Amino acid sequence: MEGERRAPRARSCGLPAGGAPAPSPGVDAPVPGRSGPPALPRAEVLDLDEDEDDLEVFSKDASLMDMNSFSPMMPTSPLSMINQVKFEDEPDLKDLFITVDEPESHVTTIETFITYRIITKTSRGEFDSSEFEVRRRYQDFLWLKGKLEEAHPTLIIPPLPEKFIVKGMVERFNDDFIETRRKALHKFLNRIADHPTLTFNEDFKVFLTAQAWELSSHKKQGPGLLSRMGQTVRAVAMSMRGVKSRPEEFMEMNNFIEIFSQKINLIDKISQRIYKEEREYSDEMKEYGPIHVLWSASEEDLVDTLKGVASCIDKCCKATEKRMSGLSEALLPVVHEYVLYSEMLMGVMKRRDQIQAELDSKVEALTYKKADTDLLTEEIGKLEDKVECANNALKADWERWKHNMQNDIKSAFTDMAEENIHYYEQCLATWESFLASQTDLHMEETSEDKPESH
Amino acid sequence: MEQAPPDAPRQLQPAPLEPLGLPDAGLQAAAGEGDEGAREEGPGDGTMTENNFWLKKIEISVSEAEKRTGRNAMNMQETYTAYLIETRSVDHTDGQSVLTDSLWRRYSEFELLRNYLLVYYPHVVVPPLPEKRAEFVWHKLSADNMDPDFVERRRIGLENFLLRVASHPILCRDKIFYLFLTQEGNWKETVNETGFQLKADSRLKALNATFRVKNPDKRFTELKHYSDELQSVISHLLRVRARVADRLYGVYKVHGNYGRVFSEWSAIEKEMGDGLQSAGHHMDVYASSIDDILEDEEHYADQLKEYLFYAEALRAVCRKHELMQYDLEMAAQDLASKKQQCEELATGTVRTFSLKGMTTKLFGQETPEQREARIKVLEEQINEGEQQLKSKNLEGREFVKNAWADIERFKEQKNHDLKEALISYAVMQISMCKKGIQVWTNAKECFSKM
Repeated sequence: MEGERRAPRARSCGLPAGGAPAPSPGVDAPVPGRSGPPALPRAEVLDLDEDEDDLEVFSKDASLMDMNSFSPMMPTSPLSMINQVKFEDEPDLKDLFITVDEPESHVTTIETFITYRIITKTSRGEFDSSEFEVRRRYQDFLWLKGKLEEAHPTLIIPPLPEKFIVKGMVERFNDDFIETRRKALHKFLNRIADHPTLTFNEDFKVFLTAQAWELSSHKKQGPGLLSRMGQTVRAVAMSMRGVKSRPEEFMEMNNFIEIFSQKINLIDKISQRIYKEEREYSDEMKEYGPIHVLWSASEEDLVDTLKGVASCIDKCCKATEKRMSGLSEALLPVVHEYVLYSEMLMGVMKRRDQIQAELDSKVEALTYKKADTDLLTEEIGKLEDKVECANNALKADWERWKHNMQNDIKSAFTDMAEENIHYYEQCLATWESFLASQTDLHMEETSEDKPESH
Repeated sequence: MEQAPPDAPRQLQPAPLEPLGLPDAGLQAAAGEGDEGAREEGPGDGTMTENNFWLKKIEISVSEAEKRTGRNAMNMQETYTAYLIETRSVDHTDGQSVLTDSLWRRYSEFELLRNYLLVYYPHVVVPPLPEKRAEFVWHKLSADNMDPDFVERRRIGLENFLLRVASHPILCRDKIFYLFLTQEGNWKETVNETGFQLKADSRLKALNATFRVKNPDKRFTELKHYSDELQSVISHLLRVRARVADRLYGVYKVHGNYGRVFSEWSAIEKEMGDGLQSAGHHMDVYASSIDDILEDEEHYADQLKEYLFYAEALRAVCRKHELMQYDLEMAAQDLASKKQQCEELATGTVRTFSLKGMTTKLFGQETPEQREARIKVLEEQINEGEQQLKSKNLEGREFVKNAWADIERFKEQKNHDLKEALISYAVMQISMCKKGIQVWTNAKECFSKM
């Protein structure tokens, strides 16, 4: 279910409103050993109302925006900006349309893999053309996700479908698996496209538009493997320290994430289990109906009734199949996506904590070391900004995510309820019509028996 | 022909009762949508009229079941269930009922009653008892005979059995049946005193007959074939139904887990919390609704089971016919061979082999006096044989006539009952669907308010 929504316009660090493109970290070539700075606020002129007209203005006058400024040019602090966040449902101003389809198998001497066709249609100026068609494999998606996480460590990046399904996988390339993955990848790209910041990410653009060789060479840019490893080691070291003074709101957020993760995982399991039970129920029903037909062969007087029952059972069986397919389209993928999201969220919390830990360690260093105080103070200053921006980015994105989550979950469960209602209505109609035919027949029979009662 | 026990005055005074209908008559009344009312199934058109002059009717119910302990034949302690049978006499004029008899019986006594009826009324399709042990169980149902649900369903089955017997035009007049309802103590002894076990045909004899009979009545052959088919198809249906029930149970119950998780999740949600919580409640309602649904279905399964067991009763009647026919054929054969012997002796030709003939050849001819004596004996035997054959033929024809009358009665009953059962099944499905619609509509509302 593609419940894509326009992201609410969050005005804060890292989430510029309107069509202003975010600076892409790719261009800035992050300094090895440090994650690049999150996207910083554009020049939000405050006296403009936060409604749709502004969006049009911004997108047309993108050139007016200062694209490379590091320091915020906002008259007010980031915190007060957050408070002005509104989440109206924006009208359809999508200017980037992406579809993922046509999985194809490729066989080389070394390996076999699947590529998916990605078609992008856009009216954005920064794209060279209005339509693009490329082929990408799962590895490429992984790369993209990695780059986005690098560039925006405290934004909630949409999750990718899993690499492998742990249980019950016979073949990596069975049709159901491929189709499920394709849908999830489609969702992944569209979620990025709908995200106010991520949609302007340069790597994203490259992913959507570059030809195979272009992508390979682009991938080779950026921090090398060693530096990325160093980054990871450092990150782990930081997180080992633990967070001493996580701000209250992030404690709450963390608590929510923990519980949410538990619950959504359970819901995922329950939903999968329901699907399985329905499948088995449907299989048994397939055998159940025909027995009545068999029986009717030896019962002259009960032929109609028995065949009627058989037909009802068969129809209900079909209705069950329909219910199952509805479930697997509307509910299961959504719930599963949020299971993956919950893992993502934990990663985001960790990264935020790391950034804070960096600052904390430098502050600690300052208290103990008396040398290099100037340098340290400068570093601390930068880190404080970094922390503030990271926090604000996360907070805003968190609200956005929560809002989307509520809508998606609500949608998915409402659909599930709808499927069930429809299923029972169909079955009801079938049995009622059978019953009516039986009582009609009976009335006919009894009136035949007693002609004088006419 | 009826072989009712001799004591005529002790016959069942009240008329074959107005059938109360099956225990789930309420369900069937709904199914019939008013045009059937109480199950007015009578013993068949002809016989009903001859009972109309009885002024009183009786109602029979098996109203309670109780666990008891006692000592069995080997003086070991055992636990068994006893059932309370209450008989009420209904005044025709004002419809008031008065309790006339009430006693406790256990399953084995019902079995004894039935075995007795089988021996004394071989031309009757004797109603079957509910199953001894639970079969066709799906996982939630217990196969334990002491399980309260099983006991309850058995209670209903036993009541049904008694009602069937009481509404049968022939069986209802049986004295032993009457005593079963009225005489608690000593009843077993009374039954055994009739010596019915001795009258019973041995199974071996019956089996023998099945294979050797040359000219059985075609209708009975067809009937036997039908009863085999009926048994096979109903067993199959019951097996699959049990599996379907199992799966359905699974689907409903897993939804119950949503209730718990939604409730826990709602604790951390501000806007979504209420919606989640109340939706969760509906999921619980949905999950628990399956218990009643499947219990109702179990009664439907019991109705089918009755006819599964009726198939065996049909086969019993066929077997009796085969036996009688075989007997007849044997008697005819015997008579024919004696006649032949007689003829040969009289004319002096020896066409058939006989021991006497052989010994005569070996040891010399017999005297004319000896031959005369033998002829005389044979003639006597032939006379006797002809009488016997005549009466056997008569018996056979009577049996076929009576059996076939009861089979026709049975067929009508079966068609009526099975149709009703199938319709009641449809009604159950409709009720289940309506419940489903309601629960999910409520849940949907909660979801949409989240």
